[in-house]
Amino acid sequence: MASLREIKTRINSTKKTSQITKAMEMTSAAKWNRAVVNAKAFVPYMNKIQEVTASIAIGSGGVNHPMLTHRPVKKTGYIVMTSDSGLAGAFNSNVLRRVSQTIKERHKSNDEFAIIAIGRVARDFFAKREMNVILETIGIPAQPNFADIQDITRATVGMFADGTFDELYIYYSHYLSAISQEVLEKKLLPLSDLTASDKLISYTFEPSAEEILEVLLPQYAESLIYGALLDSKASEHAARMTAMRNATDNAKELINHYTLVFNRARQAAITQEITEIVGGAAALE
Amino acid sequence: MKTIKVSIVTPDGPVYESDVEMVSTKATSGDLGISPGHMPLVAPLEITSVRLKKDGKTEFVAVSGGFLEVRPDQVTILAQSAELASDIDVERAVKAKERAEQRMKDHHAEHTDFRRAELALQRAINRLAVSERRM
Repeated sequence: MASLREIKTRINSTKKTSQITKAMEMTSAAKWNRAVVNAKAFVPYMNKIQEVTASIAIGSGGVNHPMLTHRPVKKTGYIVMTSDSGLAGAFNSNVLRRVSQTIKERHKSNDEFAIIAIGRVARDFFAKREMNVILETIGIPAQPNFADIQDITRATVGMFADGTFDELYIYYSHYLSAISQEVLEKKLLPLSDLTASDKLISYTFEPSAEEILEVLLPQYAESLIYGALLDSKASEHAARMTAMRNATDNAKELINHYTLVFNRARQAAITQEITEIVGGAAALE
Repeated sequence: MKTIKVSIVTPDGPVYESDVEMVSTKATSGDLGISPGHMPLVAPLEITSVRLKKDGKTEFVAVSGGFLEVRPDQVTILAQSAELASDIDVERAVKAKERAEQRMKDHHAEHTDFRRAELALQRAINRLAVSERRM
């Protein structure tokens, strides 16, 4: 059995760790709250832009736009969203596993796909495996603004427009609740899931439907990416909060166990001392 | 007086929501004024101000990267960013303006950064103008 001092050191270090995980749990909880609020604030914009885009794209009939038309796929783009830091349970590894499996199934060589990595974990993962990362961004704040990621969304949509890749998928962790998130794969471009809502309104277009789509579609695609980011942030903080809560609980359990061991060892030492004294006294008689 | 419901929404959340008598703004194809009962319309907006007339007073909102959608019962403005005149951070806009001007001096006119700086300058000027309500 370990010595008393060793057990004591272990109890102390576990206590310190549990303080850290507890603090991390609380900061994540605060961030998670705000992330959920942000994601909610985005919903009206998303619904509206979807509605308008759908009614224009469908309502105006024979409008052709490169972002709406399927073309033969030579190269596929993948946007992968992870966090910058770890300690979020299986949050990052779930996304990365899903992406690497899909890529392995769909592609034979590195030239058939390109990766846009958002978050340090994704970037390091793909860079280490020498997979084709064409764009990366790290250090996105916990409460991102649209302006924070506009550079990357614009560049990504631009790459589709100039033919760097012919279709674009996004992988991110979708927030279901504080304790469950699921990895989602969504096809972003070409835009395909435009379904008109209740009733179509026949708009007048000023100047013309084509010119409006020219501006609206990239904005719509950018909004989809931003929406996924907000979703992913909410998942990240929820996942980290849960992971840290588990860590704190485990630490508490360990501390209880070690305290028991410590007390037992102390008692054993005392008993042994008494036995020795009694034995010594008996020998003198 | 007849009113129409106006909402201005951005990716960072709704900015304005109210019933107004008239909306006036500048679309890429020219100045627009929307009164209740306007026909359905979609138009992209310049980096500009939106003036909302209500009870004899006029409110100003700075928008950039926006769209105007008019329905029989509602006007919606979708913008990448939008701020009420009272919410504009003047100091930040002044700094952004100086930064953009500096950048435009540093780059050639064909450079993409030049175009970006130009847009940033437009946004900053627009914000400043709206904050002083002199549009």
